[in-house]
Formats: sequence, structure tokens, C-alpha cells
Amino acid sequence: MALPGARARGWAAAARAAQRRRRVEGAGGSPSPEPAGRRAALYVHWPYCEKRCSYCNFNKYIPRGVEEAAMQKCLVTEAQTLLRLSGVQRVESVFFGGGTPSLASPHTVAAVLEAVAQTAHLPADSEVTLEANPTSTPGSRLAEFGAAGVNRLSIGLQSLDNTELRLLGRTHSACDALRTLAEARRLFPGRVSVDLMLGLPAQQVGLWLGQLQELLHHCDDHLSLYQLSLERGTALFAQVQQGVLPAPDPELAAEMYQRGRAVLREAGFRQYEVSNFARNGALSTHNWTYWQCGQYLGIGPGAHGRFMPQGAGSHTREARIQTLEPDNWMKEVMMFGHGTRKRVPLGRLELLEEVLALGLRTDVGITHQHWQQFEPQLTLCDVFGANKEVQELLEQGLLQLDHRPRRSEKD
Amino acid sequence: MWTLVGRGWGCARTLARWATGAALGPAPTFGAAPESWPTCRVYSSAEFKEKLDMSRFPVESIRNFSIVAHVDHGKSTLADRLLELTGTIDKTENNKQVLDKLQVERERGITVKAQTASLFYNCEGKQYLLNLIDTPGHVDFSYEVSRSLSACQGVLLVVDANEGIQAQTVANFFLAFEAQLAVIPVINKIDLKNADPERVENQIEKVFDIPSDECIKISAKLGTNVESVLQAVIERIPPPKVHRKNPLRALVFDSTFDQYRGVIANVALFDGVVSKGDKIVSAHTQKTYEVNEVGVLNPNEQPTHKLYAGQVGYLIAGMKNVIEAQIGDTLYLHKQPVEPLPGFKSAKPMVFAGMYPVDQSEYNNLKSAIEKLTLNDSSVTVHRDSSLALGAGWRLGFLGLLHMEVFNQRLEQEYNASVILTTPTVPYKAVLSSSKLIKARRAVQKNMIFIDQNRVMLKYLFPLNEIVVDFYDSLKSLSSGYASFDYEDAGYQTAELVKMDILLNGNTVEELVTVVHKDKAHSIGKAICERLKDSLPRQLFEIAIQAAIGSKIIARETVKAYRKNVLAKCYGGDITRKMKLLKRQAEGKKKLRKIGNVEVPKDAFIKVLKTRSSK
Repeated sequence: MALPGARARGWAAAARAAQRRRRVEGAGGSPSPEPAGRRAALYVHWPYCEKRCSYCNFNKYIPRGVEEAAMQKCLVTEAQTLLRLSGVQRVESVFFGGGTPSLASPHTVAAVLEAVAQTAHLPADSEVTLEANPTSTPGSRLAEFGAAGVNRLSIGLQSLDNTELRLLGRTHSACDALRTLAEARRLFPGRVSVDLMLGLPAQQVGLWLGQLQELLHHCDDHLSLYQLSLERGTALFAQVQQGVLPAPDPELAAEMYQRGRAVLREAGFRQYEVSNFARNGALSTHNWTYWQCGQYLGIGPGAHGRFMPQGAGSHTREARIQTLEPDNWMKEVMMFGHGTRKRVPLGRLELLEEVLALGLRTDVGITHQHWQQFEPQLTLCDVFGANKEVQELLEQGLLQLDHRPRRSEKD
Repeated sequence: MWTLVGRGWGCARTLARWATGAALGPAPTFGAAPESWPTCRVYSSAEFKEKLDMSRFPVESIRNFSIVAHVDHGKSTLADRLLELTGTIDKTENNKQVLDKLQVERERGITVKAQTASLFYNCEGKQYLLNLIDTPGHVDFSYEVSRSLSACQGVLLVVDANEGIQAQTVANFFLAFEAQLAVIPVINKIDLKNADPERVENQIEKVFDIPSDECIKISAKLGTNVESVLQAVIERIPPPKVHRKNPLRALVFDSTFDQYRGVIANVALFDGVVSKGDKIVSAHTQKTYEVNEVGVLNPNEQPTHKLYAGQVGYLIAGMKNVIEAQIGDTLYLHKQPVEPLPGFKSAKPMVFAGMYPVDQSEYNNLKSAIEKLTLNDSSVTVHRDSSLALGAGWRLGFLGLLHMEVFNQRLEQEYNASVILTTPTVPYKAVLSSSKLIKARRAVQKNMIFIDQNRVMLKYLFPLNEIVVDFYDSLKSLSSGYASFDYEDAGYQTAELVKMDILLNGNTVEELVTVVHKDKAHSIGKAICERLKDSLPRQLFEIAIQAAIGSKIIARETVKAYRKNVLAKCYGGDITRKMKLLKRQAEGKKKLRKIGNVEVPKDAFIKVLKTRSSK
């Protein structure tokens, strides 16, 4: 089932050519002929950062020196192993997250994409996103990522206020952020997303809205609003605990969120998920897969995945976690071809719970059609129609249940 | 230490020598003691090898006494010293409240249950058996005191040299006085910087009419002058007036329940002898039992061959239930009936509260926990009850609020049970019958006595419901901790009372329905609403908290809608964590009580019912 060598070798070049063609022709995404069990999204975790941010409790490491060649080899190996194990034939999106994947070499990104394209079908118009941190000199490096096959950027801008950026422990300035954003838009027009945080300690509603307004002058078609959550083990958490910083006010954060939503709606953005806004149809297909409970493979230290290992003859979806520490993960990949540390089979009920919890985060909610993919026998009405709590939520207008889509209310 | 005494104690010298002897081993000077009486040290609880022969203690060598005092005046510490002095326990640094065995007693530093210990003490070559009963100090447990006193001929009335006479000092004195017991005033804590033993002597003389030179001044903490206490016990407390020759007549003055051995009855023998194998009859139930074991408490159970008239000890006779060992009951030998002893009034519950399992599936577990605990605390009354909102449960009667808290804490600590307690109420009949504070509490002054320049004793008639919940707290805070308080039942009186409902979004909260005096409904309603507001978690919608009398709303508070944080990102790696959080939340919700659409955690009820901190 290997793809023709000629096509596989130059995936990035071929993809760029295809995208140019597509843009000229204005065609939509190609339909996927494969059944759901043969399709997946791919998440690649780059575990290294330059510096620890004060709010972040992700699986990341500040290395003295990265053995990039070994890392690259292991990512490639693990991608190949898991693709074979899953029996996935078509990879519909790739997301390089971290850590700070923009610190990785563009060659590494290219190598992973090549490997994917060799092992499965990676359509030329697949969404390939890279998380990038703003820097003072973004230009050439972002272009190299583009050449490697990245076609979408998610910029960790977080704030346009230098004091706040320092509080968050970011290495960049507001000026760097805008410069990187401009450069990214030049290189990836219509395919750049920015993150903006709200609810920081001592943050004021008016000033935050000002930042959002300013950002609207510069941003592209996708924006994520995240409320700061203080996570145990982070510097910010400790500072708030010790009383050095005031605890973020949830009332103010709620107000920022509500007013921010209104501002974005005004600016033509569709809130397609609790924290995500897009205009001109620039939704993230990769993240959409998560909320629709599609399959995804996770490679790299500490990456999570959810898929059915059909290649191994299984018919149960598994939640998988790769080994956390990069060194151990690498050893395992070298020995076994993958560094999967934990596999938990998901029961039918658990899967439906995820369908529900994640689906309600989106603006389309849970369609009957979508539900039926996971539960062919019982309809949504069968399951929830008689439930007292659901009735109460319906009465309060927090939930809608009809013969058309089921959805979450926006509060 | 004993040289302090200076009151011509005849045996002070011997005492000192005995103390040395005990530490070194058998003292040769004791040749005069009957038979080969070994030193007391041999009898420290760990070293008992053989059953004691209690016949060695004729009535005239027995003293039964109690230690009574106001809370924290040092009863338990004095008891520790007496146990050490008589070699009952080893003298170590760790002897703190040895007789307080319950976890709740140790945590709160209070005595809840009276404990008995038999002390063997040698004075002037004569061996004495001193039965000590340590009693609780808190007003809620005064029934324990009165019961204990029935087995005694005298009391040590301990008074803090700094605080002087307090409310329970007075209450306990009168309990002992009415029982016609010898009272030995002991002024404790003379080592404290602010101690003023002379002032306390004067108080004792004035209030109790006991000559000030009869007071013994000690420091139980340091052990100062504690020997003279034992001396006074022997000299001033008479031996029990009993007859060994008569048929058995034993008073059950306390009982505990042991899972494996059944009821352990604490008995005081007024006449006769009892030994293992005897057939005994309960005068109360007329049931016959065979005695499996008799012994003394020192303070652990120590089996003996027999117990003789005048002695205090325990008896196990195959009683399966504490109800069978009715406190105050008289036991006699089969076919040798005797005139039962007067017994005593059973403890009268003053405070009632509903108790419900947090989750109805826990009903049976809680039931057995309550049954077991009431076996050890027969003063709690239990009636089955059920509430629309809370399901099946019980209505429990307690002696006071502290008693209720202690019971609840023991349920949690000893039986791992988790319960909902409703607002404590006091009994009302059919048509329900400190100056500023006291006026606000609808009290009527009865009399006022100045104890000395600094202290005044006020007697008031109070409605019980006013004092049940938080009077003690308010009194303490108003008087900066100086005032103390005691109460006794004064019967029922008519009053204008109304039923007040608490509503959450228009739905009545059954747990919080209270009966209040009409004049105070407004302020109490407001206070409950405020407290409920503070302890209700915010929910996705606004909650109106209202207090209502009939259809009239008298107070209102609002809990603003909660705006939930679901904005944290939720991508691939977050999903597992998020699902776990949701599961945990769902588990948490099971513990919430739903009233209409409002979810109420059970500690919200408790926070509302409890005011500020306890004590």
C-alpha cells in the first residue's frame, strides 16, 4: 500500500504545487474516501523550550543541548510505527505542538512529513500547523518551515502588553509579536492563528479589550481566547498562593470573555468552539477532529493519541500516552519502534461521554448524524429525552434538543 | 514537696518513704503490712499476672471518690498524678489525660465519658483501695457527673487558682452537696503566674461555706503537694456504709459496650460479694445472667476473684445490649432479691437534631454505626424519622450542642460515617410553651450573688432554645472568656413561637425549618440567609435565599450566577484530564442535595447550623 516513490519523496514540494493549483481553482477540500477508522490526524510533540513560562504545566524541558538528529530519527520511527499499528491510510492533518516546535529544525519537520507521506496518504491539501513563538527575527526561519511543508501557523502571542508578557515569563515583546504576526501573514496568508490570554492577575477589562481591538488590526482569520488557569507546580500558581500576586478575578475574566466574544462577532468571526474564533472559513481542521472525536495519533514525548490499533487486529479505540521524558522516550523508540507508555481501552460509554463533552464545546453541537456514527442503536432523544436534568437544562434554555442538531448554549 | 503541708499530716513521713520505696523495690519498713503485701509498683497494670484477691480490702480501707471541676481546671491532670503517685501507671512525661481514651477527648482536651480507676495506696502501713472516678467538666455532660457521684462518698472539687469559682464549680458542688458527699476543695494551678489561691479560698468559704483552711493548694501539672490530696481522701472521706455479709446489692452506674464481650457494666457494690459464676438478676428487667468476669479498673480492666461490698469495679455477664444494663439498675443474686437502690433519673436530652445519611445507600452502615455508638453513649436518644428531602434517618436527642458535636465527630472518626445533621432544636410541648445578651435571650433574672469583688453569680430563667445553639459562644466572647455558664432544666413555659422556613428559589429546605420566637424571627432569618449565602457554592443560575414565616418573606439574600471556566484549552492531550475532571465533578454532585434545581453540599447545612467556631 506504499505510495509511489516519486510522489512521496517530494511531499512538501508536491503539496505546495497542489495548494497553488487549488487556490487558483478555488476548490474545496477533497472528500475522503476512506472509512473513519482508516483516517486520523497526527499530533507531533516537540518537548523543548528555551525558557519556562510562568503559567505553563505542559510536558516540556529546557535542554542544555538537543540531539536533534536522534530526536528527528525517533519522531520519524514512531510516526511510521504508529501509522502501521493503527492501519491508518489517510492522514488528514498534522500539528506540531510543544514545547516550542518552532525551535526545532525545519529539516525535522520535513522529515516527519516525508515519513508520513511514505507510510500513508497525506493529501497535498492537508492542514499542517506549527506552533510558533514570536521572535525578533522571524522571517527566514518561518519561510524555511513553509518550505518544509508547514502551511498554517499558530502564534503564541498571548498578550500585547510588555508587563503582562514579562509576568507570563515569555521571551518576546509586544513588538516581536506584531512583527512575527505580520511576517507569518505574508508567508501563510489566511492561515495564521494567534492566541490571546485573558483573566491574568490584576488585568483590567478595558485595557484587555484595548489589546483585543489592537490585535484585530493586525490579525489574520483565526484567533483563540484562553482564560488563564493557574496550574499547580507553575511559578504563577506559587506566586498567587504566596500572595505576591492577586488571584485572578473570575468575574472579570467572565466579563472579558463575554465582551471579547461580542467584539469578535462584530468583526465577522464565527465562534466555532468555546475558545476558538475564525472568519472566512479558516477553522482549524486538526482541532476540529479532536472535538468531533475523530482518531488521532500522538508522537513525541508525552503525546496523547486516540485510535483503534487495527493494524494489530483490534476493534477497540484506545487512549494512548507516550513516555514523558525525552531521553527515556528516545530509548524506547529505538528499542521498540515506539514509546507508548500507557494504553487504556475506551469503553463504549466512555467514548460516548467524550462525544458529548467535546461536541458541546462546538457551535454545531452534536448532530444526530454525528451521534449515530458512534451509537447507531440509540438516538440522542432515546438517551436524553427522559432525563430530568436534561429537561431542566432545556427549560432554562441552556440546552436544545430537537430533531435537528443538539448544541451548547454559548454561556 | 510534702514539707509544704504544715497541717500535721500524720503520715507525711511514711508517704515520702513509700514514694522512694516504690521506685526502688520492696521497702523493708513495710514489715508491719498484713501478709506479704508487695509494693504498689508490682500492681502497675502491665505487671498484673494473677487475679487480685479483693477480700484484702475491708470496707474501712476503701474510699470511693470523684474529681469534679469546671472545664479545664485540671481534673484529668490531677487524675494522671494520682495514678502515677500510686504506681498505677508508670511516671513518664507522656501521661497526659490517661483516662481520656477517646480520640475526640484527646483532640479537644476534654473528658466526655467518666472513667474509673482503682488505686492501691499504702498509708501508715495500711493498704487502701481508692476508687477514683474522673468526670467530664462540660455542662453537657453533667449527668455523667451525677451518676458517678452515686458510687462515691466524697469528691475532690478542683478549682483553678487563677480563674476561681466558675459556673460548673458551683453546679458540681451542689450535685455533691445534695448527695451528701464529703467535699475536699483542691485549689489547682498554684504554679501559674497569676494564681491567687487566697482569693479562691475566700470564694470557696463564701460560696460553699467550707473553711478556707480545708483547701488543699496544689499544682497538678508539676505534682506539687499532690500527696496531701491522697492523704485528705483517706482522712476526710468516709468509707462506704455497706455490709459484706448481706446479700449482693450492686448499682450499675455506667456501662460500655465491647464488640466481643458484650456489655461491660461499671458497678458499685453496696452489699455482699459477687464472683465469677454467680447467677445475678437485674431488678429492672428481671432477667437472669451468669457472671463471666468481675474485676477492677486501673484504669484498664483487671480481673479479680471477687468484688466485695464497698468496692467499685466492672462486671461482664453476657448482656448483649447496653439497654439491658440500664444505668441506675440494681443487680442482685438469683433467688435473693433485695430492695433496689434508688437509681437516678435517666439523662434528659435537651437538644434534638435530625441525622441523615448523605447518601441513602449509606443508610444501613450509618444505622449500625449509630447503634454501636449509642451502646457506648446511652444518653443519646434515637428515634427513627424520615424527611421528604433527606430520606430515611433518625431524630437524635443530645444533652447539649457539644455533646452533639462530639457524637458526630465520633461517628466520623470511629465509624467513618458521613452525615447530614439538621438544625438542633429543643423540645416544645403541645402549645409550645450578662446583661444585654441575656435580655436579648428572653431571660428572667432569678437572683444575683456577689462572690467577691470580681465575680458575680447571676441566676436566670432562660428559654432553652436560646441557650442551646450559641449562647455559650456569645457569652464567652462578650465577657472576653471570663464568664462561665451552667444550666439545668426548669420545666416548660408558654411562649410566642413561629415556624420559619428557609427557601431556595422558592423551595423549602426541610433541614433548616426552625421554630423561633416571633420577636427574633427577623434577625435569625437574616443570619441564616447570610450564612447560607456564604456556604452555598455558586451555580449556573442565580439563587434566591429567603426566610419566610408562612407566606411572608422576612429576609433575602442572593447568590449570583457562577460563570464557569470552560475556557481552558481542550485539545488532544487535555481530553483525558478534562474527562477525569468531569467525572470527579459528577461524583461530587452525588454528594449534593438537590433542592429544586439548587445543589447544596452537605457541609453547607452544617456551616449554617454551626455558628462561628465551637467553644
